[in-house]
Amino acid sequence: MVGKPKVLSVNGLRTSFFTDGGIVPAVDGISFDLYEGEILGIVGESGCGKSVTSLSIMGLVPSPPGKITGGEILYGGRDLTKLKEREMRKVRGNDIAMIFQEPMTSLNPLFTIGSQMTEALLIHTNLGKRKARRRAAEMLKLVGLPRVEEIMDEYPHQLSGGMRQRVMIAMALVCEPNILIADEPTTALDVTIQAQILKLMKKLNERLDTAVLLITHDLGVVAETCGRVIVMYAGQIVEEGPVTEIFRNPQHPYTEGLLKSVPDMRFKQERLEPIPGNVPRPGAIRHGCRFAARCPYRFDRCTAEDPELYGTQPGHFARCFLRDKKEETAHDETLVES
Amino acid sequence: MTQLATNQSPDIPEGKTAGPWREAWTGFKKSKAALAGAFIVLFFVALALVGPLIAPEGINEQDITKRLMAPSSAHWFGTDDLGRDILSRVIHGSRISLWVGFFSVIGSVVVGSALGIIAGYYGRWVDTVISRLFDIMLAFPSILLAIAIVSVLGPSLRNALIAIAVINVPNFGRLIRSKVLSIKQDEYITAARGIGMRDTRILFSHILPNSMAPVIVQGTLAVATAILEAAALGFLGLGAQAPAPEWGKMLADARNYLRDAPWTMIFPGLAIMLTVLGFNLMGDGLRDALDPRMKN
Repeated sequence: MVGKPKVLSVNGLRTSFFTDGGIVPAVDGISFDLYEGEILGIVGESGCGKSVTSLSIMGLVPSPPGKITGGEILYGGRDLTKLKEREMRKVRGNDIAMIFQEPMTSLNPLFTIGSQMTEALLIHTNLGKRKARRRAAEMLKLVGLPRVEEIMDEYPHQLSGGMRQRVMIAMALVCEPNILIADEPTTALDVTIQAQILKLMKKLNERLDTAVLLITHDLGVVAETCGRVIVMYAGQIVEEGPVTEIFRNPQHPYTEGLLKSVPDMRFKQERLEPIPGNVPRPGAIRHGCRFAARCPYRFDRCTAEDPELYGTQPGHFARCFLRDKKEETAHDETLVES
Repeated sequence: MTQLATNQSPDIPEGKTAGPWREAWTGFKKSKAALAGAFIVLFFVALALVGPLIAPEGINEQDITKRLMAPSSAHWFGTDDLGRDILSRVIHGSRISLWVGFFSVIGSVVVGSALGIIAGYYGRWVDTVISRLFDIMLAFPSILLAIAIVSVLGPSLRNALIAIAVINVPNFGRLIRSKVLSIKQDEYITAARGIGMRDTRILFSHILPNSMAPVIVQGTLAVATAILEAAALGFLGLGAQAPAPEWGKMLADARNYLRDAPWTMIFPGLAIMLTVLGFNLMGDGLRDALDPRMKN
């Protein structure tokens, strides 16, 4: 990725929810960069803060109770967290677009596909209705929908899930945004459609040079599409690196656990190994590594100190004391053996 | 879905595709009771429109020599204590009852929707104030509240209409509020926000149309209760005043002759029953057709 300019830079982002049960820091100081034309994956179990990260970038965190309490999101020289709602509306859809998990509910059931497709164009461009419609039809063709002219006059319930997700992608890309945030875009689809949609996203990413932030819990999806990946756990980034690196040589016990809990067709495995326990409630663990309670390599330092992101190779980081130079020799062997 | 896909193509004219309303009509047609209800409603609406033309006599044409006559070929529904033709009065009465029914409901829907949308969309203290107001209104038995309002405004048909509209506001308000609350969470609202749409536009072009289905159903059923309430107020002497041929008022006037001339009571009573039945059947059919939970 060296050489490509950054399009989005998230620095120390903190988003909390102020609930009756106290303040819940759903995203707790995460930083990452998104480079032009790349597909960056964010993986993690449910509740680790992936979706809140994407909503924070879009400025769509439900408020109240949610609020961005710290950090900055730099896009085009501006900090999105400080923009007024009116300015943020111009960014949404035009510069940064988003597609959602549920294609079945992401389209308004009462309007035709055509009218929903042109809506974004009418908001952000000076195109007239007819031109907007033609542009929308072109986009639908680009995402591989058949009989586009008919579909423009159809209602969402007349389309299948896969077709609707294509419509959503077309809708998000119709204003040619620089960044596309895809929040679990394939989770609600069956496997064959999933593969088609991923292929489509990859194709569009190459063709339109749109940077994609792909949020998913599925490591298979990451392996197929992403160049780099960020692993999140309990509101923090625990590992970041190139996909091939992370799959071949995971540096954080959590990533390792995730990889082990997915079936691998290359090896005959007796059983999958799940990670014991659940993601802790954000903010529940104040001291030490958040994964410590579920970690098979836990030692004293893990519960006493907060680990930082340690660089293991260029571009590859892990938030684990096992990677700390001082401890490395003692504990690395155990990790390698398993 | 599959079922839809198979029946939609043949009976849809070219260039038109099955929209949500067309789909609702297809569902509505399936229920015989709903169609019967719609037929009854249409019959009374037609009666109200052309009534004065087809009624054999005027509402106030008295013939004191023909008091309390039993139904005959000259007077199909008989005559009342002042010798007026009951059939004519029932026909004329349909105009009053439907007028009160429709307009009181339109009033409740407009005011209730506005309050409900504001409460549901803006939430917080606005919601608290409006919702508590609804709670207070619902704490009174509705007919008692209507009587109180009419007593303050003075008994007349217009004031009865206003009273009925007012007492039905909280029903619509709460319905819309709950609908807005749930639609607000829907992903297409977040998606609309995601493409940079402004709040007011989201409210009017996405939330409002999507919350209308239950209002249409509730509205149809409410016309029936409004007609009943108007009749009740008329019966109590708080609605239409003599000599207006309001059905409830006719019942009240006839109650002294119940033993000797039951037709004076039976026919206005039947008219009330039939219209209310018609609206209820139609309302139930609409609910089945519009409620997504009823779809398979």
